[in-house]
Amino acid sequence: MVERILPTPDAGDLLDLATELADRELAPRANDDEARSRFPADVIRTVGRAGLLGLPYPQGDGGAGQPYEVYLQVLEILASRWLAVAEAVSVHTLACYPVARFGSAEQRKLLPEMLGGDLLGAYCLSEPQGGSDAAALTTRGVRDGGHYVVTGTKAWITHAGRADFYNVFCRTGGPGPDGISCLLADARTPGILPQRPERTMAFRASPVAQIVFEDARVPADRLVGGEGQGFRIAMSALDGGRLGIAACAVGLAQAALDYAVGYARERTQFGRPIIDFQGLGFLLADAATQISAARALMLHAARLRDAGRPHSAEAAKAKLFATDTAMKVTTDAVQVLGGAGYVSDHPVERWMREAKVLQIVEGTNQIQRVVIARHLARS
Amino acid sequence: MNIVVLVKQVPDSGAERNLRSDDSTVDRGSASNVINEMDEYAIEEALRIREAHGGEVTVLSMGPAGAAESIRKALSMGPDGAVHVVDDALHGSCAVATSKVLAAALRTLSPDLVLCGAESTDGRVQVVPHMLAERLGVAALTGARKLTVDGGTLTVERQTEEGYEVVTAPAPAVVSVWDTINEPRYPSFKGIMAAKKKPLRTLALADLGIPADEVGLAGATSAVVEHSQRPPRSGGQKITDGGDGGVRLVEFLAAEKFV
Repeated sequence: MVERILPTPDAGDLLDLATELADRELAPRANDDEARSRFPADVIRTVGRAGLLGLPYPQGDGGAGQPYEVYLQVLEILASRWLAVAEAVSVHTLACYPVARFGSAEQRKLLPEMLGGDLLGAYCLSEPQGGSDAAALTTRGVRDGGHYVVTGTKAWITHAGRADFYNVFCRTGGPGPDGISCLLADARTPGILPQRPERTMAFRASPVAQIVFEDARVPADRLVGGEGQGFRIAMSALDGGRLGIAACAVGLAQAALDYAVGYARERTQFGRPIIDFQGLGFLLADAATQISAARALMLHAARLRDAGRPHSAEAAKAKLFATDTAMKVTTDAVQVLGGAGYVSDHPVERWMREAKVLQIVEGTNQIQRVVIARHLARS
Repeated sequence: MNIVVLVKQVPDSGAERNLRSDDSTVDRGSASNVINEMDEYAIEEALRIREAHGGEVTVLSMGPAGAAESIRKALSMGPDGAVHVVDDALHGSCAVATSKVLAAALRTLSPDLVLCGAESTDGRVQVVPHMLAERLGVAALTGARKLTVDGGTLTVERQTEEGYEVVTAPAPAVVSVWDTINEPRYPSFKGIMAAKKKPLRTLALADLGIPADEVGLAGATSAVVEHSQRPPRSGGQKITDGGDGGVRLVEFLAAEKFV
């Protein structure tokens, strides 16, 4: 049981609700759906109906008006039962950000449906030739009367083929960041062609695929912000996205620790529970310490964000440390279970494979170090 | 349609449950208490009828002060308001007395439909819906796996061991439901916040004009004379395989008529 200090009694009720949903709807299905690469659309709908798909947005827009500090702890709880669902909530929440923050009055009319979970969102920034160097993207959006005609290929798109709307970052002007715009495209637009899901190492319940844009005509009134504002929008959404991944990582690491501790207390060798052997006890103590530190770092960054203070470097640190922690703790959890940890009868080997993706998405951990180092060089 | 849903707070059937050592009533203090599971299906059914036909849904609960927590939980699913009958004299009430109190409270609410779970997981006597209908002079449609509202006519599929019976009655009526009738919704976060502001009215026995000696342990028509803990599980039978283990296992299964 994690001791938490929450800002309001409502937040406590929210975390209780998330825990109930996670225990009753997520945990029983995770293993099976992951093994069968089955996207849990019904679970996402249940989570949406419970109001968890628009937590950090204002109530007036259809959100729950919760601070990031609380939203992230909900993600953490969901991730401790099923990472794919927590990541879906994180991606969706991120996908609502451009319209919520930069959208026109007309576009904002979509927010209640987006934040209420009736419409699932996705975020199309990366391309096959470049993820980290987002400013070099090559997908083109050419104005043709009342439309932008979009051509190109996007890569690593979570919810590809499942989302109802895509935030598409494309080049409407010259080279460099100032030539990029953001379009909110309806997934049913002819010429938006999701490809077959990637055969990933883990995390298979969450569909990730390329999307080919073949002369897809997106109405010009779906331009979010102004022409050339796309890169700024993408960058301003990054901090929130990174914190979301940090929360997923903390939840996954906590799940692995809890499982390993439970096993180590039950499993006896040489006549005593293996947790009583210092070699394993210290390993678990280190894991518990790192998880507490990762959670504290994540919450500190979130509280800075909630207070309207700069938090890019802290968000990068949280993402870096929490995901490296998740990788280490899940790997160690396999070690604690020994041979049992290496077989799929126990979830720890799956968690170890799942942890790896967190070190890569929303900016690789190398990019996080670049962000932190630049911050040090300039401040 | 004016619908009243009966909700009872019970000890969590998944946790350790006990009777009190002093008066053999259900220990509601030590256990973790929850909404009686079957009542959640009754709430869901009431909300669906309201969504289809309009009207109002009121939760009615009789129980100690701590039951208010379960009433708020019920309200977070979507009902409009709640009435909580709470009075120290109610402690230890039997089913007959419970039906008397609930019937009196229901008369003040004049419902078109009373919905409740077919049984509670603590008492499990399944008689309160029938007693209520009798006291109110309305039909009892019990054990429903399906409920249809058509104007002033209520039709249920009444679940039986072999199948189901179709029973029809005019409203008002008491309908009790099984967990086959629907899939209850989760409260939403907005629902939880809204529930804190919904009206929760409390009634005491005096408000219902019921003398204290007609209810509670004093007025109970049945009494638990004594109770004891379930005997601990015995060690079972250990079969050590001396080459005939398989045969002895089959002999055991045959003797117990498993095969």
